[in-house]
Amino acid sequence: MTVDTTAPASAPATSADLPPSNGTRVTNWAANYIDERTSISGLVKELGRKIFPDHWSFMLGEVALYSFVVILLSGTFLTFFFQPSMAVVTYDGSYAPLKGIQMSAAMSSTLNISFDIRGGLLLRQVHHWAALLFVASIGLHMLRIYFTGAFRKPREINWVIGFVLFVLALAEGFTGYSLPDDLLSGNGLRIIDGMVKGIPVVGTWISYLLFGGNFPGEAIVGRLYSLHILLLPAILVAALGAHMVLLIVNKHTQFAGPGRTEGNVVGSPIMPVFAAKAGGFFFIIFGVVMLTASFVTINPIWVYGPYDPSPVSAGTQPDWYIGFADGALRLIPHGWEFMLGPYTVSMNILVPVVGLVVFLAVVAAYPFFEAWVTGDKREHHIADRPRNAPTRTAIGAAGVTFYAVLWTAASSDLLATHFKLTIEGVITFLQVSVFVAPVIAYLVTKRICIALQKKDREIALHGFESGRIVRLPGGEYVEVHEQLSDYERWKLVSFDDHAPVMLRPNKDGKITVPARLRARASNWFFEDRIVPVSLTEIEASHGDQLTQEQVAVESR
Amino acid sequence: MAKSASPSTRKARSSGRRSPLASVSLLVIGLLATGGAYALFTTSATAATSSQVSSMVSDGQKLFSSNCASCHGLAAQGSGVAPSLVGVGAASVDFQVGTGRMPGAASGPQLEKKPVQFTDAQVAALATYVATLGPGPSIPSSAYLTGKGEVATGAELFRVNCAMCHNVAGAGGALTEGKYAPPLAGSSAKHIYEAMVTGPQNMPVFNDLNITPEDKANIISYLKYLDKNPSPGGLDLGNLGPVSEGLFVWIFALGSVIAITVWLTAKSN
Ligand code: HEC
Ligand code: HEC
Repeated sequence: MTVDTTAPASAPATSADLPPSNGTRVTNWAANYIDERTSISGLVKELGRKIFPDHWSFMLGEVALYSFVVILLSGTFLTFFFQPSMAVVTYDGSYAPLKGIQMSAAMSSTLNISFDIRGGLLLRQVHHWAALLFVASIGLHMLRIYFTGAFRKPREINWVIGFVLFVLALAEGFTGYSLPDDLLSGNGLRIIDGMVKGIPVVGTWISYLLFGGNFPGEAIVGRLYSLHILLLPAILVAALGAHMVLLIVNKHTQFAGPGRTEGNVVGSPIMPVFAAKAGGFFFIIFGVVMLTASFVTINPIWVYGPYDPSPVSAGTQPDWYIGFADGALRLIPHGWEFMLGPYTVSMNILVPVVGLVVFLAVVAAYPFFEAWVTGDKREHHIADRPRNAPTRTAIGAAGVTFYAVLWTAASSDLLATHFKLTIEGVITFLQVSVFVAPVIAYLVTKRICIALQKKDREIALHGFESGRIVRLPGGEYVEVHEQLSDYERWKLVSFDDHAPVMLRPNKDGKITVPARLRARASNWFFEDRIVPVSLTEIEASHGDQLTQEQVAVESR
Repeated sequence: MAKSASPSTRKARSSGRRSPLASVSLLVIGLLATGGAYALFTTSATAATSSQVSSMVSDGQKLFSSNCASCHGLAAQGSGVAPSLVGVGAASVDFQVGTGRMPGAASGPQLEKKPVQFTDAQVAALATYVATLGPGPSIPSSAYLTGKGEVATGAELFRVNCAMCHNVAGAGGALTEGKYAPPLAGSSAKHIYEAMVTGPQNMPVFNDLNITPEDKANIISYLKYLDKNPSPGGLDLGNLGPVSEGLFVWIFALGSVIAITVWLTAKSN
């Protein structure tokens, strides 16, 4: 007999008045049995009372979690049939255009999964589509956290763990992409090999270690496989666990609203509402992935054929999440490689690699930077509306734009053929954009945020323009302003205000360089700002406004 | 039809022209021998074929001077805007005119395909005429165009020789300065063969030493296989690889997931 361990939570509810039915008696017994041996009921009760607020953007992390579950399930199936070996075999499966061709056992077994194992192609596609969705939803989830300031104290550590999860997801994706040993993945590995070899002094040695000799060697698929199914998932699951525990410890953020404070969380409790919803949501995600995988091809390795170092296909690309790195390589102008004595210095590879590492480091460290700038030591549980932190939002927009330009550069050839442009023109345009576009995005976003804040302030104080013009008894014409309800106004007026920090001498009477830097950064952040509407302002504004009720009275 | 047989024999003969005297004497002997033998058997038939050919040549010449000479010159000797057609062969004309590339129209970085402007008979006449100007690749024998060769060999040759420009799935790809290798879906077997032997614009020539006629037939068979068999995995998204897959996951998969989250958290009022 199998019994759900979630039983204790529901048991008290059903056993209230009615004489227990047979089924309930069994669950009660089972619940007791388990509780007496694990004292789990305390934990379940505690967890079950956790509250999750409702907002669509709070579900993106869940999307990532559930696609990860789909990945685990489908991946397990694939391991039953995949052979991580580069031993040469002659393909003899049912795909005619590869029959009799020599290839690695890895490629041949992947083809067998695709064509000769029942349900194999579907699950291969499920696995790959779920992986793309996994990384995409992590990306979007991170953007949500960033733009609502949900990385602020006490959640900085969870931001870093989340970042680690993101990097692990990229690594999982890349190792998985390389396993079938088809032409496309081989070309991808070739690029990695080139990047590794570009590292000064040790590069060549690392490449030899990695590939077990000269590229491509006979070891790499087996090694990547160990990483892909053993080490990386183990770290990923551990980090995921820590991420969830911290999420529960820190509680979820919520958007401002009446009755929502820094001290509470308003939403549905995990048990039973949230759990039921989440269970349903898991199946929805599973369904979306299943549908996509049933109808849309992904990674048709049978077209790419086995890896062979000589051919390269036009339009060779990595999966989307590695695209930004590929794009960075494509944007480097000619001739950045030079000889230093007998050594080749590959600036064409070093510059983009270092650039990307710096970019990722900035992403990981941002919460600490912002905390330093604001000097804010308080806990924050109310999520910011992006407009209410204009500088942060603008920095985020600049980062997204930078990433997007690199990402676009990875498809420069397709842009050229599909929009009838020259590939050189596309590249030059993107080379300029990678520097200019983030600046423009920064400026525009900041202005838009401030304009939106002004509008909010206006509306909070004076209400909406209703478009109704009324003539007063005295002959004067006025437009009726409809006031917001208190609920709506609350959302507009409750946000944190930061003034630039004042530069003050420390106790020794000196102004240190860090202090000076910080004052400058703080000035940059908060120089242009809109102060939230205060209570007195609201009260004052009600006097001089013609509100709906007043009009109703007067026109009668 | 006569068009495929006669121009090719003519070219095969004239391509032996190394030392003028030797070839002339060979020609004379050959002509006397074969011509004499034929004359003995089927006098009337030969007369009919050669008159058909010569009428095609003159038709072709007329079509040429009214449609092509403006660029290629009256004697197809070439001009500032277009290359000489002496020795390009019937295959080149059949490909260029049969795919609608010729008559050329000044356009972007690369002459584009357009709707074909001539009937099959006119194309054949033009090809026959240009083939008389000098030896060159002839229109391929239909034995190579059946699409029944070895697809596996063809696929491998295609990956090695063609995929760097045309993409492994023949979906096309970018070249420098706005030029591109076009997608190959739907290209006829004859035009594929002719493209290989004539190397239009930026495409290299694959002569019979690079890729034997049998292997050309295998490549054609593979491309026809791709045409006939839709992707086993479902929609192929244009066979553009991970870029179209990434766009699909962001726009459709993640898009629908977000729509669902918005719907799930919408207030029921
Ligand atoms: C507008 C000018 C123009 C006209 C009209 C034109 N062509 Fe061309 N043609 C060109 C140019 C330019 C090229 C060279 C394309 C290249 O390889 O870059 C060319 C190339 C060719 C080739 C390929 C030569 C080779 O090296 O294989 C053939 C065959 C040809 N033309 C036949 C014709 C025929 C037949 C006509 C008449 C129906 C015609 N052209 C009309 C401009 C023209
Ligand atoms: C260097 C790049 C390159 C390679 C390699 C190459 N092609 Fe091409 N191919 C081109 C270009 C460019 C064109 C377009 C020429 C034009 O429009 O005149 C083309 C045109 C074609 C066409 C005509 C398609 C149409 O739209 O009518 C066919 C068929 C073709 N190629 C087949 C092949 C095959 C088969 C191979 C391998 C044996 C191959 N190509 C190798 C660049 C290439």
